[in-house]
Amino acid sequence: MELHSAGENALILYLGRETSPEVAARVHAASAAIEAALGDDLVDLVPSYASILVIYDALRTDHLDVGHRLRAALSDLAENASLEGRSVILPVYYSPETGADLEALAARAGLSVDDVISIHSGTEYRVYAIGFAPGFAYLGQVDERIAAPRLATPRLKVPRGAVAIADRQTAVYPAVSPGGWNLIGRCPTRMFDPLATPPMPVAVGDRVRFEPVSRERFLALGGEVT
Amino acid sequence: MSLEVIAPGVLSLLQDRGRFGAHRIGLTNGGPLDPEAFNYCNRLLGNDPGSTLVEISFGGGHFRPTVDTFICVTGASMPLTINGAEMPLWAVLPVKAGDDIRLDFAERGCRAYLGTAGGFSVAPSFGSTATVVRENIGGLGGDKLKAGDSLPCAAVSGRRCYYLPPEHQPRYQDMVTLRVIPGYQQAHFSRLEQRRFFSHGYTVSERCDRMGYRLEGPAIACDIEGILSEGICLGAIQIPADGQPIVLLNDRQTIGGYPKIGSALSLDTARLAQLRPGGTVHFAPISPHGAHNALHLAHSMSGRRTLLERQP
Repeated sequence: MELHSAGENALILYLGRETSPEVAARVHAASAAIEAALGDDLVDLVPSYASILVIYDALRTDHLDVGHRLRAALSDLAENASLEGRSVILPVYYSPETGADLEALAARAGLSVDDVISIHSGTEYRVYAIGFAPGFAYLGQVDERIAAPRLATPRLKVPRGAVAIADRQTAVYPAVSPGGWNLIGRCPTRMFDPLATPPMPVAVGDRVRFEPVSRERFLALGGEVT
Repeated sequence: MSLEVIAPGVLSLLQDRGRFGAHRIGLTNGGPLDPEAFNYCNRLLGNDPGSTLVEISFGGGHFRPTVDTFICVTGASMPLTINGAEMPLWAVLPVKAGDDIRLDFAERGCRAYLGTAGGFSVAPSFGSTATVVRENIGGLGGDKLKAGDSLPCAAVSGRRCYYLPPEHQPRYQDMVTLRVIPGYQQAHFSRLEQRRFFSHGYTVSERCDRMGYRLEGPAIACDIEGILSEGICLGAIQIPADGQPIVLLNDRQTIGGYPKIGSALSLDTARLAQLRPGGTVHFAPISPHGAHNALHLAHSMSGRRTLLERQP
């Protein structure tokens, strides 16, 4: 565990050097411990792949006090905190119709489209980080066989719900946006709904599985193919 | 019961103090780029701190109230007229329903705050009315102000016409020194590169907005190209591969993978946001302890600053 200055009201805590489900679990456990330890002195928290940015109220406390409290709170956080996290299932309609890069990705990997679908939906992912845009959750790790680099030319418009792969990460686009990830299908679940409680179905550290659904089921769940 | 937007100017946004506690779902802060001018506007008007105001960038707004109330403009010196008569900034002014309120382009500075007594009543999302256009959240439907918008505000009578004496009004310059707490990936910048960073002037490029100010000057080399994406705080200074620093502001993305050399104080990013392209930026290192002291001193001083009252 390393703690560094980040700004006038922020410290950054590093819990590992690389991305892994174990580090993600530790980030999740440490986030909860930090919240409990800092209470109202905490302004915001940004858990990410292997770090947590801790933003505190600098008019109520300072970096020394926060540093002490973080170290105390995290000292009994087990090194191998095997944290279950919540388990979330997201339905996906995998098809060339909803996944413009599905066939090309399969061809590149030397696999059939069905293989790609069963590998993608047969892996349990961890939410490593949330960012880029509201509700954009980075999930890992994608099986090496279907890992694919970002597109050379990003699309100007990726539809909401697009399920995509970039390197060894996968994600569901929470809203229409530009994007360079490989599209393989579409999920009818809203990944970000400002009016819902909670606004996101997943949080950092949660486990996610994708469940293949038919076109009919996808449409019945509120999905759109256009 | 509103302030009508006849013309919004270059970029006008409803802002309260900002959105906090929602980074975990990817929402940024938003809020006033210059909290000092924003806070004075509410304080002069006798509003609750953090009441919703309009942040006007560059200038050029045209507004008309449908009620009798009071307004105040603080921040960048945008010539203000009411029914054609020039009016002072940093002062509470009575207006009548149907009055013609115009702001011209800023002569100094870049961001001004237009407030009404009681602030604008807008429903918050995620605890804040701050508009972040990129996220389509806050303000009126997540968008910047457009001609024809109505900003709900109450009819108010009997407010005191306070003003901030000119000697206490900030003077926006074309040059700003950002005090920087070295941090984050600071150790990946050699001593030579850090010296280069802290000893040269940088110029504000055309690419400066509410997300961040991209600067131009001597390139800073880092011994790593990227990092695992991590949380970015206000004022963090990213050094991408081209070596040109980017100072990240209120609408920054919450996580990012470029190395950062440290973070500027919020007192100073407020002044940075008053710079336009071509402005000059210098960096000076400060310890976390020194930064804490500066923050508390500024807080205490602004609280003790007395407002004067104009006799009608």
